Formats: sequence, C-alpha cells, structure tokens
Amino acid sequence: MPKKIKKNNDSKNKDKLTREEKMSRRSVIKGLTGVGVLGAFGYLSLKKMADQPAKVNLKEKLGLGDASSIKKRVSDKNKELLRIGIIGFGSRAIDLAKALGYLHPERIKKAKENKTYKEWMAQENLNVSINGFCEVFEDRAQYASEILNNEDQPGGGAKLKLPIKRYKRYQDLLNSDEIDAVIISTPEHQHAQMTIDATKACKHVYCEKSFTRTLQEVYDVYDVVKNSDIKFQLGHQISQSAAFQKAKQAVANNLLGKINLIETTTNRNTKSGAWIRHLQKDGTTKPGSFNNIDWKQWLGNRPEVPFDVKRYYNWSLFQDYGTGILGQLFTHEFDAVNQLLEIGIPKSVVSSGGIYIYKDFREFPDVIQSVFEYPDRDLTLMYSASLGSSNHRGRVFMGKDAKMELGSNVKITPDDNSSKYETIIKEGLASSEYPMFTYPEDDGIDGVSSATTQYYARRGLIDTKIDGKTVDITHLHLKEWINAIRNNGDGKLKGNIDKAFEEGIATQMAHISYMEKRRVEWDPINRKVI
Amino acid sequence: MLSNSKNKNPYTSSQLSVLVILRMLIGWHLLYEGLVKLMNSNWSSFGFLMQSEGPLKGFASWVISNSRILYFVDFLNKWALILLGLCLILGLLTRFTSLMAGILLMLYYLNNPPLFDTLETAQGNYLIVNKLLIESVTLIALYVFPTGNIIGLDMFIHYFKRK
Repeated sequence: MPKKIKKNNDSKNKDKLTREEKMSRRSVIKGLTGVGVLGAFGYLSLKKMADQPAKVNLKEKLGLGDASSIKKRVSDKNKELLRIGIIGFGSRAIDLAKALGYLHPERIKKAKENKTYKEWMAQENLNVSINGFCEVFEDRAQYASEILNNEDQPGGGAKLKLPIKRYKRYQDLLNSDEIDAVIISTPEHQHAQMTIDATKACKHVYCEKSFTRTLQEVYDVYDVVKNSDIKFQLGHQISQSAAFQKAKQAVANNLLGKINLIETTTNRNTKSGAWIRHLQKDGTTKPGSFNNIDWKQWLGNRPEVPFDVKRYYNWSLFQDYGTGILGQLFTHEFDAVNQLLEIGIPKSVVSSGGIYIYKDFREFPDVIQSVFEYPDRDLTLMYSASLGSSNHRGRVFMGKDAKMELGSNVKITPDDNSSKYETIIKEGLASSEYPMFTYPEDDGIDGVSSATTQYYARRGLIDTKIDGKTVDITHLHLKEWINAIRNNGDGKLKGNIDKAFEEGIATQMAHISYMEKRRVEWDPINRKVI
Repeated sequence: MLSNSKNKNPYTSSQLSVLVILRMLIGWHLLYEGLVKLMNSNWSSFGFLMQSEGPLKGFASWVISNSRILYFVDFLNKWALILLGLCLILGLLTRFTSLMAGILLMLYYLNNPPLFDTLETAQGNYLIVNKLLIESVTLIALYVFPTGNIIGLDMFIHYFKRK
C-alpha cells in the first residue's frame, strides 16, 4: 500500500514541476522585457546616428577643420622695451591705450563692476611704455595723464615707471630721443603730414584710419614711407580676428565658387553715429573753447577759421578735415575685402548719394552708395550706407556656389542652385535656408554697449575669441606692429604701406566721384586717378 | 518558483501594464537625452545654468564660475541620465533608480521654475506646473509603485537573494 501512495505522490510532483517550469520560463521572459525594449532603442538610435556623422563631417569636408587651425600667435621672444608716443588723445586713443595696457581708474572701477576687468587683465603684457603724448585739448590731456599714470598692468608684472611727458607740439614729440614709435590718432586732416614728419624723424608709425584726407596726400605719404626703414601699420584691425582667418581659409578652399558680387554696408540710426558729437545728453554743448584748445595746432595746414566747437567734435562732417562716411566707415569695409581677396585698386568707381536725413551743418552725404568695378577679377564691390536706419545688413560675399557673411563671425550658406553642394543639399545635410558653417558659433554681441560700439562689434571690429578667451583685436593689430618693429621684418604687417595706398586710392576715387558727380577711373600704368 | 513575497504581484494586469509602460517610456527618454549629450562633444550645461533663476540660482552661478566644477557636473549629468535611463528600462534597482531620477528632474525643475515671469515658452504655457515637474513626480509614483521585481531584472536579484 505505501508503494502505491508513493507512486501517486511522484506523479503529483511531476505535474507541479511542469507547472513551475512553465511559470519560471514565463517569469524569465517577463524579467527580460526591458532587454527587448533596450534592443529596440539601440537599433533605432544607431539608425539615427548613421545619418549623423555626415553632418558632423561637413566641417571637415569643407576643409574648415577645428579651432586649432587658427594660427596661434607665438609670443615674441625679443621683448625689448618699446617707448610709444600718442599724438591726439581722443576717444580712439583711449581704446588704443587700453589695448596697450593702460586704462583710466574710472573705467577700471566700471570694468570691475561689469566683470570685464579680469578679461582685460588677462591681456598680454607687450612690454611697451606710453611715455609721451601730444593733445591740444586741456581736458583730454588731463584725462590722458590719469590713464597713463594708472598702475594696473595686464599680463602681470610691474608697470614700467618711465616719466610721462606731455608735449605741447607734436613736432617736439617726434624730435624726442625718448620715443621710439608713435601712434597717430588725430582727426583725418592731420594724418598725412604727421606720418610724413614721423617717418622723417625715424619713428615707427601706427596711423589710424583713414590713410589720408586728399588724393595727393596718398601719393606723398606713400613715397616717404616706402623709401624709409620705419614700420608702418594702418589702423584696420579686422584681419586679426579668428572669424577672418576662417574666412580666409574658406576662400582658399574655394568654398564659395566664383565670387562675383560683394556687398558691404553701413547702417546707423543715432545722432552720435551720424557724428553729431558736440552735445551732452542734456543738450548742452560739451566743454571746449578757444581758451583750453590749441586751435591753431589742431587746424594744422587747414584754412584758419574761428574756433567752432562743432568743427572740433564733428570734424568728419566737414570737407576741411575729413571725407565723411567713406573715410570713416567704408575704409574698414574695403580693408576687410582687400585683406581677404587682395583685390587692390578698382578699375572704376561711381558714387551717388545725398544729405537726406540730417539737414544740419554737415558737408557730406548721410546716405551714399559707391560701386567699384574689378573687371580683372570679374567682380563688383558695392558699398551702401545710411545713417538713418539700423537695419544691419552685414558684409556679404556672393559666389556661384555659396555666400559668406563676415562680421563678428563668419557664416557660409550654400546656394540653392549650386552644383558643388547639390548632393549635400539633396541629402538634407545642408540647406540654403541656414548656414552650413558658422564660426565662432556665438557672435558674442552683448546688449550693454552703445549703439555705435554695437555697430563696430557686429562688423567684427572689436574683439575675437582665441582658445575660448575673448581678445581685443586692436590689441592684436598693435601687437603685430610692435613685433615687426622688434623683429625688423616687414612682410607680416597686414596694414602695410602698400595696402594703405590701395585703401587710400579706392576711397579717394569714391570720394571724388561723389564730389564731382562723375565716374572715376584708375590708370594703373601711369598710377593716376582719371 | 521565481515568485516569492517580494515578487508577489499586487497589481491587476492593466495596472501593471500601464506602470511598466510608463517606466519604459521615461527610461527611454532619459537614456536618449544622456546619450545625445555624450555624443555631442560641444554640449555643456553652461547655457542651461546661465539662465537659472529661482532657488538654485546661487548654486548654478557657483558651478559655472569654475570650469573644473562645470566639467565635473556635466560629466555626472550625462552619465546619470544614461545609467538611470538604462536601469529604468531594464528594471534594475528600480525603486532606487526611480527615486534618484525623480530627484534629478526636480533639480532641473528648480533651476528654472515657471513662476511669474517665464510663463510662455516655445513648448507651452506654464504656471508653476511644467512637463519637468510632471515627469519628476511621475518618477516618484514609480518609486511608490515599483514594477521592476515583476517585469525587470530585479526579479532575478530577489530570486537569487532568496535562494
């Protein structure tokens, strides 16, 4: 009997096991559900990523690599002290001094508040000393001394304590043995004579834009500087920016196809942007009178007129002292295009415009267009300016395959009808609706600066990013000049005298075309404007 | 038997299905977010932290002020999303994972809670309640109603522990 019962138990147990086995298999499957889901996830994401690499490689395909291809400026080994004198200590000189490591205590306080102090202090110490200056306006001279006596030294090290001398006349500064190089940041009408005098006194020259006020001065200055040993640098700094260097690479790789139209522009819509700068915010006139401005020296060789505060502050609106928008703003545009494409002097220029917005004392147009023809290069350069609209239009290079916009960054967008990019547009890797390449990715325009500063920043004339650090490009441009002085090599100067000559002629051609209401041509054989 | 007291299924089949689907969906979401950040060498939480307003603003500013700390936070963030996502899908250490993920999303939420100024965004209109908050609390719900020990690798862990 017990045997029978055992048998029954065995069969019951067998059934139980089978049921258990079945349940355990079900449980295992349940437990591994997640693995199945993960498998689906893996498959789908790998499929998506198979499309991705093509997008990432677009940069490589275009030959524009990564940031490390930006030329790293090697710190100059020879750091012999350079003594610099500044002629004309107005608002531009304040920027130049800052780029050389000198900042007014009030501005230092402000910089500490808005957190830009650290950035400035990270600027390289160029081992220069601004130990002399010439300024005709007493108030500005006082401000200049305060700047130059400030002790904060960017890049570390103690500030050099050479005695700072203020010269009453610029000729005395040029005659001094204590000055090695000069920066000319006066109004336009003084540039030519001062550059010539400085060159004759064997001082190296950094001359602010524009090169000269008149056509004849272009030839005169060129002849003197070309036949001398001094290092000359014209104050156009855009070629120092990282975006510019990428643009140069893009052009070298022929990414745009045949470039046939270049559109450069100026858009401003403020009084100060239109050079009405003699008034304070409350409408009263800014300080400055015959009593504290050496008016005779300021006029230089220009016709003697009674002191006029409007002429002093707004000199670029008067034919006696400048060339208006063309000299002030077109010159930067021309330099950018010339540095990038080496187009040189145009074959012909036509300008047209008028005084349409500011019906005041100005003698130059506030809306002007100039068209420059380059039949040898099969392209046209266009300049369009209005002081009555802030519609930012950028600087655009149009080629058969793509367009490139160069400002504080560079953006390259393929053309819908391009044969070069037809495939990648079809594959959806690029489109004419948005840039296929942007460098740097953010344009770093802050909302705090004045409208005029923002204008310059948008056009890529203020700073650039190198290795993640924001660097002042004026500083880089000055550094290039200073390195050339120390190393005694001339080839590396971007704003050299030949480029300055080209800028001078092109600008004067546009200016003459407007003033004389005619088409102007360049005769390269006789080197004449006709 | 692989079922023990810990693996007992207190849910009806529809309750279990919904909870598991929810767990898988959120796990998928976190895993993908984490992977994308890992693959994109340019990614940093700098942009997100820069815009931090609310209770965590001080913490956010401190993180972005120091590039080493930022790097560390970015690293932790990417890998947390990946690991939490993986574990949720697989049902591994489910209760712990759900709770941690819930806290992580709550941290994201607290960095920019839609209080009274940023109410209208590209993704919708929010007043205090936004999708991050909902997802965070959903994860807390998954913590309270765990399913990993029924549908998930946790089942094997409990089984082998028991044995």
